[in-house]
Amino acid sequence: MNRRLFALLLVIFPGIAFAAGGGYPLDHMTPNLDDKASLQRGAQTYMNYCLGCHSLQYQRYKRTADDLEIPEGLMLEHMVFDPNTKIGDLIENNMSKENAKFWFGAAPPDLTLHSNLKGGPDWLYTYLRTFYEDDSRPLGVNNLVFENVGMPHVLAGLQGRQVRPECMQVPRIASNGGVVRDPITIEIVTEEMCGTDLLDAGHYPLVKVEGTGSMSSDEYDTLVYDLANFMYYVGEPARMDRTRIGVYVLLFLAFFYVFALLLGREYEKEFHK
Amino acid sequence: MASIEQSFKEIMEWVDDRLPVTETYEKHMSKYWAPKNFNIWYIFGVLAFVVLVNQLLTGIWLTMSYVPTGEGAFASVEYIMRDVEYGWMLRYMHSTGASAFFVVVYLHMFRGLLYGSYQKPRELIWVFGMLIYLALMAEGFFGYLLPWGNMSYWGAQVIVSLAGAIPVVGDDLMVWVRGDFNMSGVTLNRFFALHVVLVPIVLLVLVVLHILALHEVGSNNPDGVDIKKHLDENGRPLDGIQFHPYYTIGHDLPAIVLFLFIFCAVMFFYPDGGGYFIEHPNYEPADPLKTPELIAPVWYYTPFYSMLRAATFPLLGMTAKFWGLVVMAGAIAILFVVPWLDRSPVKSMRYKGWGSKISLTLFIISFFILGYLGTVHPTPGRTLLAQICTAIYFGFFLLMPWYTSVEKTKPVPDRVTIK
Repeated sequence: MNRRLFALLLVIFPGIAFAAGGGYPLDHMTPNLDDKASLQRGAQTYMNYCLGCHSLQYQRYKRTADDLEIPEGLMLEHMVFDPNTKIGDLIENNMSKENAKFWFGAAPPDLTLHSNLKGGPDWLYTYLRTFYEDDSRPLGVNNLVFENVGMPHVLAGLQGRQVRPECMQVPRIASNGGVVRDPITIEIVTEEMCGTDLLDAGHYPLVKVEGTGSMSSDEYDTLVYDLANFMYYVGEPARMDRTRIGVYVLLFLAFFYVFALLLGREYEKEFHK
Repeated sequence: MASIEQSFKEIMEWVDDRLPVTETYEKHMSKYWAPKNFNIWYIFGVLAFVVLVNQLLTGIWLTMSYVPTGEGAFASVEYIMRDVEYGWMLRYMHSTGASAFFVVVYLHMFRGLLYGSYQKPRELIWVFGMLIYLALMAEGFFGYLLPWGNMSYWGAQVIVSLAGAIPVVGDDLMVWVRGDFNMSGVTLNRFFALHVVLVPIVLLVLVVLHILALHEVGSNNPDGVDIKKHLDENGRPLDGIQFHPYYTIGHDLPAIVLFLFIFCAVMFFYPDGGGYFIEHPNYEPADPLKTPELIAPVWYYTPFYSMLRAATFPLLGMTAKFWGLVVMAGAIAILFVVPWLDRSPVKSMRYKGWGSKISLTLFIISFFILGYLGTVHPTPGRTLLAQICTAIYFGFFLLMPWYTSVEKTKPVPDRVTIK
């Protein structure tokens, strides 16, 4: 949703803030469970970067391998790190809750149902792209979506560093809502905007430090998309079957309805005798 | 062929001499004379029965894999969703069925109000119906705790804590209901017992009584005309028709298929009902230390939840919470006495006057508004609106003896009108 429109809506209907979980407006992503390559890449990212702290304790490796069309041997070889783990096991990790709580302030939660809990994949998709450097935090990072988060930015090596400058140059907006341009050079005229005004005006307040991170912004967005897509899958693996079977059930009922109606009409004739 | 029929007849005779099977079948199905002028509003009783069967069957199968303990409940639901063959379907049929149950029951109750189906001699049918509604609310409440999600936990916590508003015994009562000093696995266990054993038995008994009482006096109809006044030479009502097969197949079958279509569309494509059937915080295990941002009951309780919250000031030395409880309980209790509040000489809204029509319309609108308000955070404006709607809700019932007796009614036809 357009951030400015959203901000306006927030003013008119305060209730929306609660519906959206409050705070920073989320970027929308459309999950695609048919894109098996995306789901596989998402699973790969999860196993490599997330599983150390966040288990998927309700989901099994085998189910994941079957649904994502990953051969079991490949999965065991590349995605299962504990040689004692079997393909039918639940996706758990070995982090002790007590230690984790001591290290991060709160134990990292299990994420099997995270996408459902947040009402869709948008939250994660936005969250993983909005970390920024903040020296006031113990781990040196903060997050736009999850303020004062206790989690480090584990994907920083891929994304690079993001900072949140106090003030930014932003395009000046004319009274008709358009961008003001210089009449001679037709370049966009900018003005300085600071602090919360930036967010209120719908500007993205973070800037990437050039030359950091092993991925371009687009590559990183794709990586996070794939991960959020995988999390959407893992929240409800039955979704794939559900929507497929649902179509057949509805087709059958529609077909049956015609005959039920025709049969009913025959009996209904008696009503008028 | 003839010999098969012959032997079937002999078997039935043998059985009938010992148990009135044929007689019962005829009384309730093939020779139960239903008015010919039923309209769409008369489908929801049958649909409620269909949903009841769905809930019982899916419930039995869910019980086979569910673990009713504080440690195992949440994980067992996810086990059903992932590892049990078609477990997700059973669970969604059950969770969607719960909402569908209330949809059809609310429409069924509205039908009763619309056509005066509670009026003499059908008072007992209405009272049994209200008891079913009460049992259903209890069933839904107990069942909602079972997934042991965070909203389950806190929703139950809020409702159980209402008992604490009762003077003197409140706190002890709360401990007694929970079986613990806080919501815990003990509470979950007893709610499970109530949900799968006690309340279903009560529900089934009440449903039987509801239907027995109905078939004793016969069905009302959209005209509110007594079809037994005009009989043919065989003593059959001229405006009646055998329930089976004419209504069962003629009307009910297509309607059931249509209902199933809508039901399945929701169940397969929007099983969490956009967060209204399965609320998002319920995807997180129960956590006594983590209150959800907004504790809202499932949609079918929200009108009453709004009324509970509408009581905002203490009175006569009692807390606002206590009065909220009184208002909420009163809102349900008052439904029971509707047959004795309606003084109208006619049954159906078709022939009642403007007083009844306007009152019912306002009542329905305020019920919807209360339902919405129960799903959102209260603000001073919303609380005021809830208070106004609560007043309308009670006004509809308390003023009923007055507006039904003073208004001008239309003449009721002698026979039913069939389009």
